[in-house]
Amino acid sequence: MNALLIAVVAVPALGAGAAAVLGYLKKERAAAIAGTAFAALGLVLAALLALDHSGAPWSRVRTEWVPLLHLDFDLGVDGVSYPLVVLSGLLTLLCCAFTVWKKTDRPHLLIALLLIVDAGMLGVFLSLNLVLFFVFFEVVLLPMFAIIAGWGGANRRHAAVKFALYTLLGSLLLLVGIFVVVTGAETGDIIAITASGGGGLSRNTQLLAFVLLAVGLAIKAPLWPLHSWLPDAHTEAPTVGSVILAGVLLKMGTYGLIRVAVGVAPEGASRAALVLGVLAVVAILVAGLVCLAQTELKRLIAYSSVGHMGFVLLGIATLTPAGLTAALLGNIAHGLITGLLFFLAGAVKDRAHTGELARLGGLREVAPGLSGLLGFTALASLGLPGLAGFWGEAFAVYAAIQRHQALWTVLAVLAAIGAALAAAYLLRMLRLVTHGGTGEAVAAIARPGLARYEWASYTPLAAGALVLGLAPFLVQAPIAEAVTGILQAVAR
Amino acid sequence: MSPLVALWALPLAPAAAALAGFLLPLKAKRTASLLAVAGVAAAVLALVLVYTTGGLSSVDGDETRFISDGPALVRFGSVAVTLSVGMSQLTWWVGLVVVVVALMVQVYSIGYLRADDERYNPYAAQISLFTAAMLLVVVADDLVLLMIGWEVMGACSYLLIGHDRKLPQAPAAAVKAFLVTRVADVAFLIGVLMLGFHIGSFRVDAIAEYALENGHSTMLTVSAVLIMIGAFGKSAQFPLHTWLPDAMAGPTPISALIHAATMVAAGAYVLVRLSQLLFTAGTATFLQIVAVVSMVVAALAALATDDLKRVLAWSTVSQVAYMMAAAGIGAWDESIFYLVGHGFFKALLFLTAGAVIHMTGTNSMSAMGGLRKGAPVTFWTMTIGFAALIGLPPLTGFYAKEHVLSHAYGHEHLVFYGGLATALLTAAYATRAWLRTFFGAPRGEAHAHDPNPWMLWPLLILAVPTVALGAVMSFLPSPPIGAGAADPTAMGLTMTAIAVGIGLAWGIWRTDKAADPARVLGPLGPVFEQAGYVNQIQDALIVTPVRFLATVARRSDESLVDGAAEGAGKGIGLLGRAVALTHRAGMPRHVLSVLAGALLIGAAAVVIGVWG
Repeated sequence: MNALLIAVVAVPALGAGAAAVLGYLKKERAAAIAGTAFAALGLVLAALLALDHSGAPWSRVRTEWVPLLHLDFDLGVDGVSYPLVVLSGLLTLLCCAFTVWKKTDRPHLLIALLLIVDAGMLGVFLSLNLVLFFVFFEVVLLPMFAIIAGWGGANRRHAAVKFALYTLLGSLLLLVGIFVVVTGAETGDIIAITASGGGGLSRNTQLLAFVLLAVGLAIKAPLWPLHSWLPDAHTEAPTVGSVILAGVLLKMGTYGLIRVAVGVAPEGASRAALVLGVLAVVAILVAGLVCLAQTELKRLIAYSSVGHMGFVLLGIATLTPAGLTAALLGNIAHGLITGLLFFLAGAVKDRAHTGELARLGGLREVAPGLSGLLGFTALASLGLPGLAGFWGEAFAVYAAIQRHQALWTVLAVLAAIGAALAAAYLLRMLRLVTHGGTGEAVAAIARPGLARYEWASYTPLAAGALVLGLAPFLVQAPIAEAVTGILQAVAR
Repeated sequence: MSPLVALWALPLAPAAAALAGFLLPLKAKRTASLLAVAGVAAAVLALVLVYTTGGLSSVDGDETRFISDGPALVRFGSVAVTLSVGMSQLTWWVGLVVVVVALMVQVYSIGYLRADDERYNPYAAQISLFTAAMLLVVVADDLVLLMIGWEVMGACSYLLIGHDRKLPQAPAAAVKAFLVTRVADVAFLIGVLMLGFHIGSFRVDAIAEYALENGHSTMLTVSAVLIMIGAFGKSAQFPLHTWLPDAMAGPTPISALIHAATMVAAGAYVLVRLSQLLFTAGTATFLQIVAVVSMVVAALAALATDDLKRVLAWSTVSQVAYMMAAAGIGAWDESIFYLVGHGFFKALLFLTAGAVIHMTGTNSMSAMGGLRKGAPVTFWTMTIGFAALIGLPPLTGFYAKEHVLSHAYGHEHLVFYGGLATALLTAAYATRAWLRTFFGAPRGEAHAHDPNPWMLWPLLILAVPTVALGAVMSFLPSPPIGAGAADPTAMGLTMTAIAVGIGLAWGIWRTDKAADPARVLGPLGPVFEQAGYVNQIQDALIVTPVRFLATVARRSDESLVDGAAEGAGKGIGLLGRAVALTHRAGMPRHVLSVLAGALLIGAAAVVIGVWG
C-alpha cells in the first residue's frame, strides 16, 4: 500500500513531465494523449487506495526529510481524504480528455499544468505532516496562475494576478500558523498533534494558531468576505480551469480547515466556531442575493460556489460529527455539481459566444440536450433531495440545530432560507437561459448538438450527482470513523 | 414475492421508466409512450401484489398494515436516515388513486399532445418521475425519505408547468410554483430536522410514539407548525395558494395529475400521516382555521373567474381544504376517503376540461356555451364530475362530503359551518361552470366533437369510481375505506345548502343565458377573483424587497468587498511607486543618506548600550 500512496502523487507528476517532454519534441497530440493516459492511471490508482481500509489512517508512509523544519515525507489516506482524492483524479481525467478532443491552443502544455495541479492537490489531501501540507499547497498556485493567464478570457491577466496575490496572502498566514503549531508541538505530525489535543499548546496559542490557519485556508475556500478573487478567476479562466478550481481547488481550503485547523488547534476551533458559523451564513445569504442580481452566467455560478461552500463551512463550524459529515459530503457534491455547471457554462459560451444572460434564452428549443443537462445540474445545485447537493446542505442545517442554542438555531434558519434563495437564482438562470423566447446569441448558434467528447466529459459527473444523491452512504460510511477521531480533542 | 419488494417496486418502476425516457432520443415517441405506460402499469401490478402479500387483504380497517424497518441510507452523527417503507389499508387507497390517475393521464397525453409536440418524450418521462415521487411519499415511513419524493414532485411540477412553449406566461408560472412551495419547504425541512434531533429518528412511527409518550411540548408545537406550513405550500392553502391558479399554464393532463392525485393532495396526506404529532402538539385548531379560510376564499374565487381551468384550480384549493379540515378534527379516515374520491372526480374534471379546451381552443367560458350537442361523452362525463364535486347522491363525492360534515356536526362548529357554506358555494360555481360550458347558444366558432379514443377512454374509466366507489363501499359490511356515520341533520343541512347553491346559479343564469351569472356579484367579482390579494401582498412584502436586497448585495459586494481588495492592491502599488520615487536621487544624496544611516545606527547602539 505504501508504494501505492507514493504512486498516486507521483503518476500525475510524471504525466506532466511526459507531456512536457513530448510537447518539446513537437509531438503535441501524442503529448496530450500521454498526459491523459497518466491521468487515467492516476484515477485508477487513487481508487485502489480503498482496498485496505482497516487501520486509522488506512495506510501511511513516512520518512524523515528535513528534521530541522519538522518536515517529514508523510503521506496517508483515510475516510476524510479518500473521496477528495478520487474526486481530484476524476476531474483531472475529465479535464484532460476534454482538452485533447476540444480544439485548444497548446493542449499538451495545458494538460501538463493540469497534471501538476492534480499532483499538488493530491499531495495536500494525503499529507499527514503540516509542513509537507504547506509545500503541496503552494505547488498548486503557480500552475493554476499559468492556466488562467495562458488560456483565459479577455481580462485574464488581471484575474490571474489577483488570484495569485490573494491566495499568496492566505498562504503566508497559513505558513505562520503552521510554524506556530510546529514550534510549539515540536512535531509536524498532524495525526499525533490531533491525538494529543493540540500538541500541548496553550489555549491562547491554539486560538492564535487556529485564527491564522483558518484565515489562510478560508481565503482558498473561500469564506465571505475573502472571496472576491473567485468571481474574477472563474469568469476569466478557461472551462477546464474553472472546473478544477471549483471542483477541487476550493476543497483544499475546507479540507484543510477540518484536517489541519480543527485537527491541530481544537480548543482554538471551539472558541472561534461561532464567528466561523456567522461568516458562513453571511456567505450563503450574500452569495444568494448577488446571484439573484447577476447578469453573467459564469459569474453567477462562481458566486453560487461561495454560497455552497458557505454550507460546508457552516457544517465545519458546528464542530459536531453530523456537521463534519455534512461538510465532507457537501464538498464532494459541490465538486461534482459545480464542476459540471462550469463545463456546461463553457459549452453555452463556446456556442453563443457570450455569457450575458440578457442575450441568451430559449436554449431548449435550439439545443435540447445541452439545456436538459443544464436543467438537471441546476436542480442538483439547488439542493433537490435525491441528488447529491441535498445531503450536505440539509444536514449542515441539522448540525446547527443540533447545537441547541438560540444563536445557532437562528443560523440554521437563515441558512435554510439561503437554500431557498439558491432555488430562486437557479430557476431565474434557467428561465433566462433555457426557457422563453430565443435570444439573439442563441439564435446564432451554428452547431447546437453536444459532441461525443462533451457527453463523455459530462455524463460521469451527472451520474455521480445522481448516485451520490441516492446512495450518500457511499461517501458517508468511510468518513464516520475518521470524523470522530478529529473531533475527539474538541469534545475534551 | 415478498411485500417489501412489491412496496419498493411501486415507486421504482415508474422511476426506472422515467430514467429510460429521459435518455431516449426525441424522435422515438412511440417507444416513449410505451415505456411511460408500462412504468405506471408495473406500479399498478406492484400495488396489487402489496395488497395480497402484505397482509392488507384481511379486512380490519386501519389496523392492518405492513411496515419494514429499512437500513440506514446515511448517518449524520447519531441520527440516521433510513429506507423504511410501509403501507396500511388507508394509504393503499391513496396509492391506488395515484396509479390509476397517472395511468389515465399517460394514456390521455398520447392523444392530447404526442402527435405535434417534439418534446413529448421528456414530458412523458417527467410524468413518470412525478408518479414515482408521489408513490415514494405514499410509502415512505421516514420523513427525510418522504422529503425526497416531496421535493422531486415540486421539481417535476416546475418542469411540466413550463412545458408549453407557446404560452409566454408558462416559464414564470413554473418558477412561481416551484418557488412558493420551496419557500414553504424551508419550514418543512426545519420542522423535520428538529424532530429528528429531539427524537433521534425521522421515522413516522417513532414520532407518533414519542408524541404519545412525552405529551405536549414547545418543541413539538413549533415543529408541527413548521411541517404544516410546508404542507400548506404543497396543498396551495391560504395564504400559500398563489402558485396554483398560475400553474394552469401547464398542459391540462398535468393539471389533472397535480391536482387530483399528486402534489396538491400530498400536503393533506402527510398531515394525516402525522396526525398524532399535530394533535399532541395542539395545532389542530390552527389547521382548522387555515382550512376553513382556504375553502371559502377559494370557492369565492372559483365563483368569479371566467377561466374554466381556473374554476377547477380554485375548486382544488377549496376541496383539499375539506381534507385538511377533516384532518384537523381528527376525522382521518374521512380525510383520506375524501382524498381518494376527489382524486377520481377531479382527474375526470380536468381531463374533460382538456377535451373541451381541445375542441374550443380556449380556456375562457365566455367563448364556450352550447357544447352539449355533438360531444355527448365529454358532456356526460363532465356532468358526472361536476355532480360529484357538488356532492350529489349517490356519487362518491356525496359520501365523502357527508362523512366529513357529519363527523364535524355538533361539536366542531367552525369546520361544520365553514364546510356548509363552502358546499353552497361549490354547488353554485360548479353549476355556473357547467351551464356556461355546455348550455345556451354557442359563443365561439368551435365545432363540438368528442376527442380521439386515447382521450375518450380515460374519461369513461374515471367516471366509474366517480359514480360507484362511495356507493359500493357503503354497501359493504366492513368497508376498507369510506366507512363513516351519516348524521341525518347534518345531511339535511348539507343537501339544503347544495340545493340553494344550484338553485341560485341556475335561477340567475336563466334570466340571461348568454351572460355570466357571476355578474350579480357586481364589484365584488374582481375582489373575489383576487383571493385575498395575497399575490399583491406577496409581491410587496417578499419579492420586491428581495429583489432590492439582491441589487444592493451585488453593488456592495462589487464596490465595497471587492473594492477593498482591489483598493488594497492599488494602494500598495502606489506606495511602492512613491517609495521608489524617493530613491531616485543623485550620488551625493545617496552618500549623505548612507552616512546619516550609519550615524543613526551608531547612536542607537550607544543608546542601547547605555540603557540595556
